[in-house]
Amino acid sequence: MTKRKGFMQRLLAAPYLVWAALFIIVPLIMVIYYAFTDKNGAFTFDNFSQIAAFTHTFTLSIWLGAVATVICLVIAYPLAYIMSRMKPRHQRFAMMLVMLPMWINLILRTYALMNIVADTGIINTMLSFVGLPPVHMINTQGAVVAGMVYNFIPYMIMPIYNVMTRIDPPVLEASRDLGGNFFQTFRRVIFPLSLPGIVSGITMVFVPSVSTFYISTKLGGTMALVGDIIEFTFIGETNYNVGASMSLILMAMILLCMLVMNRFTDGDEEGLIV
Amino acid sequence: MSEHIISLEGVTVAFDGETILDHISLEIQDGEFITLLGPSGCGKTTTLRILGGFVEPMSGRVYFDGQCINTVPPHKRQVSTIFQRYALFPHLNVYENIAFGLRVRKVPEAELCDRVEEALALVNLRGFEKRKIAALSGGQQQRVAIARAVVTRPKVLLLDEPLAALDLKLRKDMQVELKNIQQSLGITFVFVTHDQEEALSMSDRVVVMDGGKIQQIGTPQDIYNEPQNAFVADFIGESNILDGVMIHDGLCRFAGKECLCVDGGFGENTPVDVVIRPEDIQVVAPAEGMLSGLVTGSTFKGVHYEVIVDIDGFKWMIQTTACIREGDEIGLKFGPEDIHIMAKSEYSGMFGDYSSFSDEMDYIDDPAFNLSEEDELTEGGEDRVD
Repeated sequence: MTKRKGFMQRLLAAPYLVWAALFIIVPLIMVIYYAFTDKNGAFTFDNFSQIAAFTHTFTLSIWLGAVATVICLVIAYPLAYIMSRMKPRHQRFAMMLVMLPMWINLILRTYALMNIVADTGIINTMLSFVGLPPVHMINTQGAVVAGMVYNFIPYMIMPIYNVMTRIDPPVLEASRDLGGNFFQTFRRVIFPLSLPGIVSGITMVFVPSVSTFYISTKLGGTMALVGDIIEFTFIGETNYNVGASMSLILMAMILLCMLVMNRFTDGDEEGLIV
Repeated sequence: MSEHIISLEGVTVAFDGETILDHISLEIQDGEFITLLGPSGCGKTTTLRILGGFVEPMSGRVYFDGQCINTVPPHKRQVSTIFQRYALFPHLNVYENIAFGLRVRKVPEAELCDRVEEALALVNLRGFEKRKIAALSGGQQQRVAIARAVVTRPKVLLLDEPLAALDLKLRKDMQVELKNIQQSLGITFVFVTHDQEEALSMSDRVVVMDGGKIQQIGTPQDIYNEPQNAFVADFIGESNILDGVMIHDGLCRFAGKECLCVDGGFGENTPVDVVIRPEDIQVVAPAEGMLSGLVTGSTFKGVHYEVIVDIDGFKWMIQTTACIREGDEIGLKFGPEDIHIMAKSEYSGMFGDYSSFSDEMDYIDDPAFNLSEEDELTEGGEDRVD
């Protein structure tokens, strides 16, 4: 019986295993291969020494990604908390509002944001309408961060909202019953119980923010982030080797950040999304 | 300190236009074990939540030690609750769960440690300090919940069906243990249950509730022997409840017979409800009985047989150690002190006949009758997300 079940499970897992091998493992090996070889296929560390020139790009990418992640967390956490306390009907509606922008393509969303923050965009038109001086927003770091927050915030709201709804209401009542006021209940019960959701959310926002390449070119003007450089080395220069080594370093850095993050959840399964 | 630690005066609660509690007045004495007993939807849990501060009455007042506490939030009340499914903190171990109430009160570490150990000893859980909650059995979780609630030294402990999730034998052990804990701590316990046996065996006083109203308050003996209306008689133990007339004090008529009884004070020729407990009826030969009828069912229950007898269309229940079979013709005999007379109430005629045991059975084949709907407007009445 158990043997049969084991076979069935393996059979059901097969499509994913094939997928994972073809589209995750093989490309990863190719990236590693390109990263350590030159144009003629000979082994070299040269690619990595060229990257030193892009230290600033790496720092900027991680910095902007981190800022966007923190802003997402600050906005999403209270929102997720409020949503989880709403009546079920209202919860479903609020969830739909959060998800709605994700039905629209990322490129369109970014274009929309360009129009909003442009020098002659919606915000500045409104400002001049009420007689205020225009504010230059597009092609700044702020605009890029706004783009990241705007595009990735649902990925922060959803995991936090999910853990919040799983907190049993009587547990919160127990805290109050035992003498905990709102802040003590938050600090000692709600926050620790929502930690896995926070870690998930940070992972799901930080990773795409750091490696984004479209948002930065559209909203940051001449600004280039790691993603843009990697894209350029592949598409523009067709220098796969440098591009691959940059990808590898980015991957290693993200992995390192995630390992640090996961320490907070004591190896709880939910934080391990990478 | 006043003798009444808690008083409710005319407390009314309604959710979405549905009245959950209807002018409840109740006085709870310091140090007593009082049980709120009733079917689901009777308002017993809501009453408990009012005492805990989780529900604010729409009208009426709640007093604690003589002070009105209507608007005092839960965390400022000197009561602790043991929740139905314990509501332990899943992210904390046994020690930290129990220490919670002391930590939020900023009790110094040394004293905190002593008090947690003391509470662990009280519930026989020494050595379990580092265990995770998920690794405990239901009975152990129950004990952690008790320790967590009493460690803050509340004046009143509120218990919301705390034994409902335990199996029968463990439940009986915990009944004894809870009673012992109550006596050793000397604090007031307000216990909510729908289990009449639990209520009778543990309580100093029982409050029988139904439909948001208190039906009767009294000692377990009072409640059982002198039920005030047909609901109480039916809910506590088994009862044959018949339509009768009180001819004058000491004489009543029911089932077509005139019988001597010991009750009085109802006036002359007053319609009443007559209760006769199944265990008070003697089985005799048909000719010797005050009443006689055909046995339509007999079930062996271990200690006794539960016999259903049809007398002029009314199904009586009798508990007897004699072996009676379906189809037997038997006589029924009872003395004046076995007859209990109650004034007519809104419950008259709703209970008493043993064609079926439960209301649900009467309606189970009727799609228009929705029992679960009744349940929903019960406990707490809040929208919960599960």
